[in-house]
Amino acid sequence: MPSSIASGKAPISDEKRRGPPLAWVGWAFLGLIGAVTVAYIAGKAWSNPVLFLQNILDGLKLGFVYALIALGYTMVYGIVKLINFAHGDVFMVGAFTSFYAVSRFRLHQWPSAVFPGIDPTVSVIIGSITVVLLAMLICVLLAVTIERVAYKPLREAPRIAALITAIGVSFFLEFFGALPFVYSGRFIPYKAPFPTTAWYVQDGIHPIVSGTASPDNTISFSNIFLLIAAASILVQVFLQWIVKRTKIGVAMRAASYDKSTARLMGINVDRVISFTFAIGAAFAGLGGVLYAIAYSSIWSQLGVLPGLKAFVAAVLGGIGSIPGAFVGALIMGQAEALTMGYISTPMRDAVAFAILIIVLLVKPTGLFGEPSGEKA
Amino acid sequence: MELGYLAGSIVKLAALIGWIYGLLWGLGRPKAWQKAVTIILAFGVIQAAILAKFGDIALFSAFDQGLLIQACTMTMVALGLNLIYGFNGQFSLAQWGFYGIGAYCSADITYRWTSGDASGLLVAGLGTILGALALFLVGWLLKKKRGVPVLSAFTFYLIALVAAGFAAVKLGGALSPLLAPYFGSPEAPGVLASPLALQIVFFLSIIVAGAFAAEVSFIFGLPVLSLGSDYFGIATLGFAIIVKTLLVNSDTILPFPEMKGGRGMIGIPKLTNWIWVFAFLILVIVIIRNFVRSSTGRATLAVREDEIAARAMGIDVAKNKLMAFVVGSFVAGLGGAIYAHYIGFLAPGSFDFIQGYNPLIIVVFGGLGSMTGTIAASFGWIFFLEGFLRVLLGQLGSDAPSWRLVLYPIALLLLMLVRPQGLLGTVEWGFFKDGNNPIGRAREKLSAAVKLKGSGTKKEGE
Amino acid sequence: MKRVLTIALALVLTVASLSAADLKVGVLSPLTGPVPSFGLSVKEGTLLAVSEWNAKGGILGQKIVPVIEDGQCDAAAATNAANKLINQDQVKFILGEVCSGATIPVTELAGAAKVLLLSPTATNPNVTVDKAGKTKDFAFRACYIDPFQGGILAQFSYTRLKAKNAFILYDQGNDYTIGLANAFEAQFTKLGGKVVGKETYTKTDTDFSAILAKIKAAKPEVVLLPDYYNIVNLVTKQAKEKGITVPFVGGDGWDSPDLDKAAAAGGYYTNHYSPEDKRAEVVNFLKAYAAAYKDDAGKGKVPDALATLGYDGANLLFTAIKNAGSTDTTKVKEALEKISFNGVTGKITFDKAHNPVKALTILSVTKDKIAFDSVVQP
Repeated sequence: MPSSIASGKAPISDEKRRGPPLAWVGWAFLGLIGAVTVAYIAGKAWSNPVLFLQNILDGLKLGFVYALIALGYTMVYGIVKLINFAHGDVFMVGAFTSFYAVSRFRLHQWPSAVFPGIDPTVSVIIGSITVVLLAMLICVLLAVTIERVAYKPLREAPRIAALITAIGVSFFLEFFGALPFVYSGRFIPYKAPFPTTAWYVQDGIHPIVSGTASPDNTISFSNIFLLIAAASILVQVFLQWIVKRTKIGVAMRAASYDKSTARLMGINVDRVISFTFAIGAAFAGLGGVLYAIAYSSIWSQLGVLPGLKAFVAAVLGGIGSIPGAFVGALIMGQAEALTMGYISTPMRDAVAFAILIIVLLVKPTGLFGEPSGEKA
Repeated sequence: MELGYLAGSIVKLAALIGWIYGLLWGLGRPKAWQKAVTIILAFGVIQAAILAKFGDIALFSAFDQGLLIQACTMTMVALGLNLIYGFNGQFSLAQWGFYGIGAYCSADITYRWTSGDASGLLVAGLGTILGALALFLVGWLLKKKRGVPVLSAFTFYLIALVAAGFAAVKLGGALSPLLAPYFGSPEAPGVLASPLALQIVFFLSIIVAGAFAAEVSFIFGLPVLSLGSDYFGIATLGFAIIVKTLLVNSDTILPFPEMKGGRGMIGIPKLTNWIWVFAFLILVIVIIRNFVRSSTGRATLAVREDEIAARAMGIDVAKNKLMAFVVGSFVAGLGGAIYAHYIGFLAPGSFDFIQGYNPLIIVVFGGLGSMTGTIAASFGWIFFLEGFLRVLLGQLGSDAPSWRLVLYPIALLLLMLVRPQGLLGTVEWGFFKDGNNPIGRAREKLSAAVKLKGSGTKKEGE
Repeated sequence: MKRVLTIALALVLTVASLSAADLKVGVLSPLTGPVPSFGLSVKEGTLLAVSEWNAKGGILGQKIVPVIEDGQCDAAAATNAANKLINQDQVKFILGEVCSGATIPVTELAGAAKVLLLSPTATNPNVTVDKAGKTKDFAFRACYIDPFQGGILAQFSYTRLKAKNAFILYDQGNDYTIGLANAFEAQFTKLGGKVVGKETYTKTDTDFSAILAKIKAAKPEVVLLPDYYNIVNLVTKQAKEKGITVPFVGGDGWDSPDLDKAAAAGGYYTNHYSPEDKRAEVVNFLKAYAAAYKDDAGKGKVPDALATLGYDGANLLFTAIKNAGSTDTTKVKEALEKISFNGVTGKITFDKAHNPVKALTILSVTKDKIAFDSVVQP
């Protein structure tokens, strides 16, 4: 939270050159808000630094999950300028796919079923990766179908028509999923393919045995956290590579800049758009599985709020920008964790959106967004 | 036998659409007496249907009346949004938040009044008046110093509003004990506790609720409207979420114990009836239509079509956007106030952002920039989703009602795929038609030209 | 225009006659909206009771016909549904809604139309009493009200668990949890305990790490978490990962086959019955429920607290109708006020505010089972 306000101060000089009257009042107002927040949090951090670090760590975990979802939003928006409200529900389908794969078909143990002599750890790792790949595949198929059926026919229609269909698809997935013979509306306990282990830090790293107390005033983290962080960062690097280094990435950037010109240059824009949806959905699927493993409870409306938060994160970072989505997601995570830790839990959505609005006021295209020029 | 109900619900919907057509046609007649007769007839037809009873079965039962009232409040909210989005091109998701603000504000006024406490009306009434004065004063001062940046202007307005609010609380708190004796006791109600006084207070509370929503929308819209279209949309979504969060915490973070936070506010007098609903419906229709027809309204359309060109023509784009936003929110506040006194119970869950998509869906459904379409879609939406689907699915076995919100998005998808420009496109009926004045003709030509470019009302990449 | 109205009239009037041998009962639950799972459970419990009564020949020779409507857990939607039930289906009895926020406006409609409403699960006091504290004539409920359950949890924590410092965790937007939390706090401080911290969340939250970090820092001896099993699973699992071993206690919302026992181990909750209970009502109910509803693996389902309350609520209403010997709602209302009914959730009578008076069982959660701990009489 403090970082967003500090970074917002940069444009002052830009405004001063033209010198509108009384500009300082607005900046003083924002500065005051920022200073009070920073002072308050710094005070709390000073009084209990361990708790502060723990909050930061928890915020990182949230942020990494949001980052995985935010990527899909930001890429789709970058190319078709569509807020794909159904993205959060694709995320939910990813979580459910892995649930059925694990608890019904025991897919996470296929290596030891096929090769009985295999080392159990290796078996679980390969099996879990299979589960994740399956979830990603299903999500990709779903997203591409949605794109073909609901969005593609509307590509030439007003943008809002596609947005409304996106809301429609989102409602459909949520309430169709809630039907008793689909996923049912129940909160289903999710059994992770591998056990969770947590550690605490105190003169080295020690595991926490479930059901026993860890010492007070220590920082703890779990293997899920490490997994989510690793996955999130890897995906980020991978996407950067795709967008910057591959042919399809160049095509994506071209299509996002100007679709009709891209078409003239021999780019199959429809294929590029489908690919974008697919890749976004794949990472949403991955996010869904990791989310389900981390929080071990799934239901048909699971994707609504994380989806929304991730979208806000994407906007915060500058929608259309991949590093922006990542940084925005991390900021959102910190804002939520610090609000929960130091202000009040119910206010966390309000605080997250207040930050968003302030950032947009200071930098109207988000932190990493490209200035929009005269395109409109 | 149940088929009768099913057919009945379809026929009722068709009849209501016919009623809307008749109302708009009549209002569009040139002579004043023709308009007056139309209003009386339109009111009378429904009133007669409500009163008509055939044995056990009312022609227009409480079920239909409830749907009718909800359709009318939804019409108000959606017309406001159509002004903001359809006519001014500002993609707003905050409408539902203003609806909630209006609902809670007016409910609090009448709630306190019925418990013999005038402070609600005094504080809110004084607050909106003083607030408006403060805003005008600051606006006037800022005008003298040209080119004050938005953020600084916002700071000044905010300080002025907070000061006005503080003054209103102090003043209202001081004045309300003076009125207390006139409420009398439960055994011997005083003059202020009479039913007539309550009706007047109800009327005032609706207006105050609208004005309050309008002032909140002013202070929120001022900085946020400077954002680009989709960024504005997300900021307004944030507003809706912040409003809901505050309502959930109305008894802890906000100082309103009677609102009871997440537990829901009970004991709101149920004062809404067809007379009030109809009066405010007509009021809203007239406000929105006259706004769109005015010179400000034409500027509003110009801003939607091309901001840069509008600025070049000497239109104050920021002011214009703000104007449309405030009028739209005012109307949403009115709708909320009517709803609150119909349902008699408010819970923050009803003002969730998910439900906030509904007015947007209705506006797009009816056709962006078509007021007729918005009204028809509001009625159609409520009577389809809450009326027809309930009646239909109620007969199809015990699992069928779960399908209601599955069929609804399917219907939505199909309609959007078949008619992306909305049910009525930009078609208008009677009162809203402007083919018979030169500017209207020019506008129709313009929108036809825009359509030819193949991008409808909103251009790609904006 | 006029012709259209005439046609409408003609069509509506063809509706007319109801078959006299059927007793229509409205079943109002949130089948869509934010909590479809609660609606599903209650609906299943209710319909089980209906089919059992119908198998026995109905009530007073009339077959019970449930009319199911979706209340969406929302005031406006539930009002529409209730209006439809009352005016179009002309039901005299409504079982529902599940959420208090949707039930309260419906009680007013139902009361005005003299339709008897029995909510299986709405815990807000204002479901049965109005703003002025007067009992609503035609509104009843089948669940415990908060002061009783919360008070007993406080008593239990203070005396049995010997906890002097408690931490309270509840959902800001859910009056079930608010009510229990308030009642617990009042009773716990009255006994001499201290509430060392209070935190709220919303039902869509999934990450409780920041709250748990606070709990860890506050060092309570008991944590009150009076929410439904889905939240309990989330919180207790994350607590275990954080190395928090303080016992969690909660209300009947914990009761569900989906409760994560490994995570909640060490906790206690209050419930309507114990699974070890050998009363015929309990045994028969569990058997009938498992026979009627299968989970997606084909095994018989175990009812959760909501299904149990739905079942008992329906049975209460039907027994009262039978006792009254009439479907006149005023007579049934009087019968309900005098009822003494042996349900799954114990022997039930109603107090003056139309709240049930029944015993409370306290259960303890261990890694692999739910064990009986003690029973508290009202």
